Amino acid sequence: MPRRFLLLLMLAAGAACAQERTLPIAALRSGVTFAGPDVRALQADDTANPGMLWVQRGGELWTAAAPGGSCESCHRGAATSMRGVAARYPAFDQSSGEVVDLEARINACRTQRQRAPALVREADDLLALTAYVAYQSRGMPMAVTIEGPARASFDRGQALFHTKHGQMNLACAQCHDDNWGKRLLAENISQGHGTAFPAYRLEWQNLGSLQRRIRACYFGVRAEMPAPGARTLTDLELYLAWRAQGLAMEAPGVRR
Amino acid sequence: MRSSRRRLLQGASALIAITCLPARAAEGSLPAIPELAAFLAGRMPRRERVRMELPRIADNGLSVPMRLAVSGPFAPGPFVRKLALFAEINPVPDMAVFEFPQPLERIEIETRVRLAGTQQIVAVAEMTDGTLFVTAMEVIVTLGGCMDGT
Amino acid sequence: MPNARITVPDRVPRGLPFEVRIQIRHPMETGYRTDDMGKSIPRNVIRAFTCRYNGDPVFVAKLSSGIAANPYLRFFVLARASGELTFEWIDDAGTRESERVAVNVG
Repeated sequence: MPRRFLLLLMLAAGAACAQERTLPIAALRSGVTFAGPDVRALQADDTANPGMLWVQRGGELWTAAAPGGSCESCHRGAATSMRGVAARYPAFDQSSGEVVDLEARINACRTQRQRAPALVREADDLLALTAYVAYQSRGMPMAVTIEGPARASFDRGQALFHTKHGQMNLACAQCHDDNWGKRLLAENISQGHGTAFPAYRLEWQNLGSLQRRIRACYFGVRAEMPAPGARTLTDLELYLAWRAQGLAMEAPGVRR
Repeated sequence: MRSSRRRLLQGASALIAITCLPARAAEGSLPAIPELAAFLAGRMPRRERVRMELPRIADNGLSVPMRLAVSGPFAPGPFVRKLALFAEINPVPDMAVFEFPQPLERIEIETRVRLAGTQQIVAVAEMTDGTLFVTAMEVIVTLGGCMDGT
Repeated sequence: MPNARITVPDRVPRGLPFEVRIQIRHPMETGYRTDDMGKSIPRNVIRAFTCRYNGDPVFVAKLSSGIAANPYLRFFVLARASGELTFEWIDDAGTRESERVAVNVG
């Protein structure tokens, strides 16, 4: 009798911990599948994908000297040491004491280990390093952890995703959970995954981070944009990464 | 009941016919672009040999992939000396001039152009003997769903 | 610091045209945009691009703001002797950049 009760208790606990998904994993589709043939072709061609310019630059920065040593001095070849890393971000970072995205993690290394100044978000050098590191995970499934110290960030991100924002009073979920695949002017609404970022967005004429893309969405619903690096954005990045679990990393992606 | 159904079918087939018409191939006269006229300098280009590939509808006017080719054979006669590109409504209609200082059999170029809106693009090939060949194509440039203020 | 990615075949047969692809990082600023303060961003595009094969110009491109940012060019060059292709470009601000790549003709 007590053993059966224990089993039931464990089952109940398991069900409570299992996170309910609005988008089942089997239904996940990359943003590239909603794009037109030209954008898809550009992403698929490394000789023409403008994002590769930043990956190349990132490879150069990887070996650039710093007071505490270059990235290479600790991590050796990125193809080995960085393989799978981007797929686990955002993640709780011990040294920072909070959940950080890849850009913040790179900056933590720069300031704490390399004794070099932090790089500015959306500036070329940080984009290049992020693109270079993310590129090493290309093709690998998104696989973030939301339990333990990351849980609070995940819960905030999930709440934000379902909160209505802005003059248009729209929540992310309303477009990207409920209406993906439908038309919005000349565009197809995607499922809103971040697996292709940093991505070259034609509209930006530049490579940009996932945080920039999220900020653009805030602007799109006429809401005040969180500042780059704001905790709101990291929380959302974590939720999006969990939501996209299993989808292949595509950075550097191309989007319109 | 029967006549209204017939009208509905007629309307539907007319709609299908319109949407299936080939893209406006810009037959007849070329768009009036002063820079193009200056390049032609009174010469009449022939509508042959130049092939231009552009999307009918551009994903984003800021970056539109384009392929240009001029078909031969060239030897032993004149070679392509220049390929000039013009955009009908861009603020700067002169888009590019590609030059071939040496004889080349394979004239094929790909690049990405910037279009200020729906318009015709004109490509003119100038041969070493001054002969001109031309083609033109219309590209539709749309707006995305959400504004981006970042 | 090189701002370009160049792709040519590892080996090219003599006497035949071979494909060259180059991607350059450059904003190709049109001059029609304004910054967050409302100030006009000055025009700065790559004006002239030259590809030389063992010193001889084989492909020249005169570009304008009608070419997209981070310009991409794919064109053909006739294979003659082994050597190198040099690429040089200059923009409105007068910045001159160059890159080179080896050509193996066999």
